[in-house]
Amino acid sequence: MISLSINDKSYEIEVDPETPILWVIRDIIGLTGTKFGCGIAQCGACTVHLDGVAIRSCVIPISAVGSKKITTIEGINSSDGELHPVQAAWISEQVPQCGYCQSGQIMSATALLSRNSSPTDNDIDQAMSGNICRCGAYGRIRKGIKKAALEMSEATSNKGTVK
Amino acid sequence: MNKWTRRAFVTTGVITGGVLAIGVGIRPGKRTRKVADFIANENESVLNVWLKISPDNTVTAIVPHAEMGQGVHTTLAMMLADEMDADWNQVRVMEAPAKKEYANYALAKGYLMGDTDFPSFMIDTLDGFFLAATKTMNLQITGGSTSVKTTGIFGMRVAGAAAKSMLLQAASEIWQVPVKELQAIKSHILHPSTNRSAPFSDFALAAADIEIPPKPQLKSEKEFTIMGTSPPKIDIPSKTDGSANFGIDIHLPNMKYATVKAAPVFGAKVKSIDESSIQNMPGIRKIVNLGDAVAVIADGYWQAQQGLKKLSIEFTKSGYENVDQNAIFLQFEKAMDKAKKSNTNKIDFETGNANIAMQQSSHSIEAEYRAPYLAHATMEPMNCTAWVHDDQCELWLGTQNPLGFAAEVASTLGLDVDNILLHNQYLGGGFGRRAFSDFAIQASLVAQEVHYPVKLIWSREEDMQHDHYRQANISRFKASFDKKGNPTAWINQFVDKHDPIEAPYIPYAIDNQLIHYTDSKTHVPWGFWRSVDHSLHAFFTESFIDEMAHDVNQDAYEFRRDLLKNKKNFIDVLDLAAEKSKWYEPLPENWGRGIAIHKSFGTIVAQVVDVEIINKKALVHKVTCAVDCGFAIHPEGLKSQMESGIVYGLTAALYSNISIQNGAVVQSNFHDYEMLRMHESPEINTYIINGGGKIGGAGEPGTPAIAPALTNAIFNATGLRIRELPIKHHDLTFREYSINDVV
Repeated sequence: MISLSINDKSYEIEVDPETPILWVIRDIIGLTGTKFGCGIAQCGACTVHLDGVAIRSCVIPISAVGSKKITTIEGINSSDGELHPVQAAWISEQVPQCGYCQSGQIMSATALLSRNSSPTDNDIDQAMSGNICRCGAYGRIRKGIKKAALEMSEATSNKGTVK
Repeated sequence: MNKWTRRAFVTTGVITGGVLAIGVGIRPGKRTRKVADFIANENESVLNVWLKISPDNTVTAIVPHAEMGQGVHTTLAMMLADEMDADWNQVRVMEAPAKKEYANYALAKGYLMGDTDFPSFMIDTLDGFFLAATKTMNLQITGGSTSVKTTGIFGMRVAGAAAKSMLLQAASEIWQVPVKELQAIKSHILHPSTNRSAPFSDFALAAADIEIPPKPQLKSEKEFTIMGTSPPKIDIPSKTDGSANFGIDIHLPNMKYATVKAAPVFGAKVKSIDESSIQNMPGIRKIVNLGDAVAVIADGYWQAQQGLKKLSIEFTKSGYENVDQNAIFLQFEKAMDKAKKSNTNKIDFETGNANIAMQQSSHSIEAEYRAPYLAHATMEPMNCTAWVHDDQCELWLGTQNPLGFAAEVASTLGLDVDNILLHNQYLGGGFGRRAFSDFAIQASLVAQEVHYPVKLIWSREEDMQHDHYRQANISRFKASFDKKGNPTAWINQFVDKHDPIEAPYIPYAIDNQLIHYTDSKTHVPWGFWRSVDHSLHAFFTESFIDEMAHDVNQDAYEFRRDLLKNKKNFIDVLDLAAEKSKWYEPLPENWGRGIAIHKSFGTIVAQVVDVEIINKKALVHKVTCAVDCGFAIHPEGLKSQMESGIVYGLTAALYSNISIQNGAVVQSNFHDYEMLRMHESPEINTYIINGGGKIGGAGEPGTPAIAPALTNAIFNATGLRIRELPIKHHDLTFREYSINDVV
């Protein structure tokens, strides 16, 4: 029996400990927003957070998770359902086309912004070059990240003014 | 996107309570009564097969095209809503079911035949005759950049206009006022002089009794209120929170998982399977021999994959085991030499007499280009969930051709096509790949062996090595000039021809042209690949025209411009790209700038690339793109498609190479079939001209010109003329261009 925390919910599952996180999330838990793309950590479609850090879930066995918290695309909006600023920016910049890679893109972008509130182009290149977008939405993804960063910093500074 | 209710599929023949349906033969006893059953819920009126009006006054556009990121659900709904004067905020989209009544092949075909706004076949769409004629065609294709220019113009706009006319007529009868005093605005009918207003839905049932206008009045461009604007795309919110359903995301009760391995060498068969090799593995349910492939069914996908990896399979020899990539190119060369010698080339296009002009010329140049096989590499690997039960087969997948797939699965399983229930989902990339049904046929055969639903997912390796590939090709050119340096003749010979016909043709005014080709088939499966033959020929022709400009010491942009003579639309696009790219502004050292222009699918695209050569590699900094597709229905969507086509084409130009060794594909995943990534993706600026010509496509035209624009830029930076793709195979060290470089 393996205990997991996924999107702040606890699960007890019976599974081969070698099974990659991706297939546990998709086939056993039933959260299908996280995608299978390559199986060898080359495309980033399977990106989720492990304690807030973006990882490729297609190559990491479930046994390696331990007590770390898994967050998937289904778990990044706020508890009252409000979109994460990255998701909102994705809509306003009209980023997705086919959309298949976008869960992974958004998970990489949110992980980047949680450790770097005002990323440079170079920071974005570093954080996002593990995520392939076959529809070529890179320019819009870049704009989306910058827009979300701005929104998030404004939200923070607004809080500061209130205080 | 609205979901098909299960009931909508299984209640054929039973009309649900309260639905009054009219339109394309949706009259009692007629074929489309069945269509009403597929699409209508209780109390909804189906005004024709393309739209329905619900009691809450929402208008649903029924779109017979797959959404794969090109925005077709949004764009086609806009065309319908605009003609209907519907309130965009109350418009929904539903993808048409995979039923014959929604076959659209003839729409495309008809469009190719007729140039007028109201060709006779389109009138037929309104009385059902035409749709009946398509019944046997089994085609419901999203491809060839045709959705807007066929379904949009001849289906959606006409349907919207017809519906509005019928609603106005119904209101006129109910309110007892002349129809000309009525207006349709934002899903309401207004009678200004009596200050009356009521929603469309109030008149939907009455409209059902109105005869369909044979020639509904379409709006002029000036009257558009929705077309030409860029509302947010309907599918995007669900693609930001993981809720969008792709084929791979389907979950059914008691469903199992399967994966498959086909014979690595195309044409080989399964010789033997040693089932004992995986007998004791947990979760393995069944091994299925598909003849040319083996599938393993298991409780989970991971288990199926582990099982398949361990399974010992022996394949027969197909006779292609000794074929490698060099042999294929050698085969092409020999076929071309032979065809030239024996004068057996097939003439593709000829004007004047190129051979005589060549002899009388002052001088000539020659060059030979090569392009490799290419895989599609959609982000979502091929997959299909199939469930064979109660003498029917249900399929859940993403396909560019639902009706064609259903027909092929039906014939594979020996079922009537009406017993194939195909549930199309969002496509995680199409690019032409999802027009080929191999994976759906496999899934149905696997499902036939068991009593539960099976989700078959190809590994990325399987996807890469069993694609339907953009063909490899060789193209040879010779051009001659007079003493003043004006081109006098153009001779082009290449291998194999697919679609579209005009892909190798040039827009340039060269009096004597001979474009011909010879067949040289290989065992590598061919497939539509974003822009199809255009992806090859734009690289060939736009590279060679650049070589010609250089040969006579002319500016690459001006040389093209002069040769475009009276083609105003081309010149406008070329000028805009040059102007916006600041063509004449000098570049830093080790930078280069290149231009190319190409028309495909009715849309003219010119692109300028600014490239920097760093560490012998090409880094594309900026792409300036000018596009004229006649009229941009959704300008932001068109820009997205240009960006997408550019990145797709840049990826191919820089990296993509499928090569054959021992009869099989060498590349297997993204480590050896590399993709352009964020850190290499250029700034892209797209500028739109609404040139007013016939509406062209958007999904593909961004791709063809970018490869030559890039290689021309590399030539500008380094003096190195790249005549064989991909660029990664070349050492981009600066060298002086010399005549010896010309093959």
